[in-house]
Amino acid sequence: MENKIDVRDFNFYYSSFHALKGLTIPIRERQITALIGPSGCGKSTFLRSLNRMNDTIAGTSATGEVLLDGKNIYAPDVDVTDLRNRVGMVFQRPNPFPQSIYDNVAFGPRVTGRASGRALDVIVEESLEGAGLWGEIKHRLRDSALSLNPGQQQRLCIARAIAVKPEVILMDEPCSALDPVATLKVEELMRVLAKEYTIVIVTHNMQQAARVSDFTGFFWLGELVEFGPTTQLFSTPQQELTESYITGRRG
Amino acid sequence: MTTNSSVTAPTPAAAQEKGQRIHIGEWIIENLIRLAGLSTVLIVGLIFLFLVREGGPAFLDIPLRQLFGSRWYPIEGIFGLLPLLVGSLIVTVGAVVIAVPLGLICAIYLGEIAPTWQREILKPLIEMLAGIPSIVLGFLGWVVLAPLIQNAGAATGLTAFTGAIILAYMSLPTIISISEDALYAVPKEYRDGALAIGATQWQTIWRVVLPAARSGIVIAVMLGIGRAIGETMAVMMVTGNAANIPALSSGVIFQPVRTMTATIAAEMGEVAQGSLHYNTLFGIGIVLFVITFAINSLAGRIVGTRGARRTGAKL
Repeated sequence: MENKIDVRDFNFYYSSFHALKGLTIPIRERQITALIGPSGCGKSTFLRSLNRMNDTIAGTSATGEVLLDGKNIYAPDVDVTDLRNRVGMVFQRPNPFPQSIYDNVAFGPRVTGRASGRALDVIVEESLEGAGLWGEIKHRLRDSALSLNPGQQQRLCIARAIAVKPEVILMDEPCSALDPVATLKVEELMRVLAKEYTIVIVTHNMQQAARVSDFTGFFWLGELVEFGPTTQLFSTPQQELTESYITGRRG
Repeated sequence: MTTNSSVTAPTPAAAQEKGQRIHIGEWIIENLIRLAGLSTVLIVGLIFLFLVREGGPAFLDIPLRQLFGSRWYPIEGIFGLLPLLVGSLIVTVGAVVIAVPLGLICAIYLGEIAPTWQREILKPLIEMLAGIPSIVLGFLGWVVLAPLIQNAGAATGLTAFTGAIILAYMSLPTIISISEDALYAVPKEYRDGALAIGATQWQTIWRVVLPAARSGIVIAVMLGIGRAIGETMAVMMVTGNAANIPALSSGVIFQPVRTMTATIAAEMGEVAQGSLHYNTLFGIGIVLFVITFAINSLAGRIVGTRGARRTGAKL
């Protein structure tokens, strides 16, 4: 099994605050890697480091390497927009643009100049299909995306992300704003997407990590405490801290 | 309330009395607010009635053909509003054409691109620009701008173009600060969403942030136009005050004009109260009122469509 992303001795700072400390994590290709840990432990910061979304925050800096297919994404010659084309992201709160459903999905292909006209129609259909949304909304593509319910909005955001054919999809607590039924749908979708995409998901919900992921990393105060196959990490954790966290005694 | 009653259960009568007191207080406040609201409507209504009473005769006594004719010679009793309408139109449209792109670009720079320290210097400066008395800008137009324009080849420096530039500068602060507020109100999530797909900063601004801020920007532009169309003194100083329809040619904006507002201000002092000339000046006021009202309703309509979108109507 190949490592899609290799994180090596990665440190991240908000001004002087040392948020991520010497992380070394392998992200396997076409697998789901879950990151768990208490609030403020740095898992979201880490996720946003993988497509350099943290660049938009003033006063941050990073050291170490994040190798995407062997190439460091923090190298000076890396084009950030190109990187984000390859490493897409789905956010905690569904954030469709206040535009039509069609325009939301078409946004990525349009800004990258990838497709227009008929070809764009095809991409939009495929992406909505891929996000399991096509059947529900194919007759209302011109409606505002904000008319969808939160679960549909989140799947629309997933469709928007896969419309640019990324290689990796980062999901930052994608279900925390959704009800149980919508959560289940998104989780099923993740399993389907993992056949084609490498997925990294941050979650508060340990059952969710156990249900959907292949590998799990446990974060504590900016450090990676333990990393391993999900079944192993949840059944026979190697660290005492991990065990007390997943059994609910800490965190 | 419930915890109170469990400690000392008040008699039903006492409870009712207390309830009534609250009710009366509520009633008073509610009606005060209603009064404040209604008084605004009332005042606008009264102003309009006054305008109609004083200006109405102009529309009845002057033949329509003359009223919308191209000659404004009040001394000879000829009252054609067309030159004034055209004057106002040229100056206002000119000001809008200059101020809207400039103001929007400035707002985008301030809100989306400028680093914090620049914003902290620029914002107060722009607000200061709003505080400059219009007459001072008029001076500036007269002393600095007019000679420049004359040297550039116009017959006189006091032209519609001079007025348009001065008006543009006057409405710029309004347009900038209100559009910047509108941009600021666009949730960060939209920008993150666009950037995370791999959109460049400019694509994010152009395709996501600006459309999302559309209603606020429309309001900014409308308020800017409102300021421009109602402005009097500075315009009077620099537009040359010739109540002619400028010759239709490429140099149409480089000829002197006279706006509706300037006409009222310049001639109101010399007319006999109750004369036809007096009535006509108020008639011009009615025309101005109607134009402003139309602009405001148009703005309301544009903003309204956007409100409907939010609740999920068809685009």
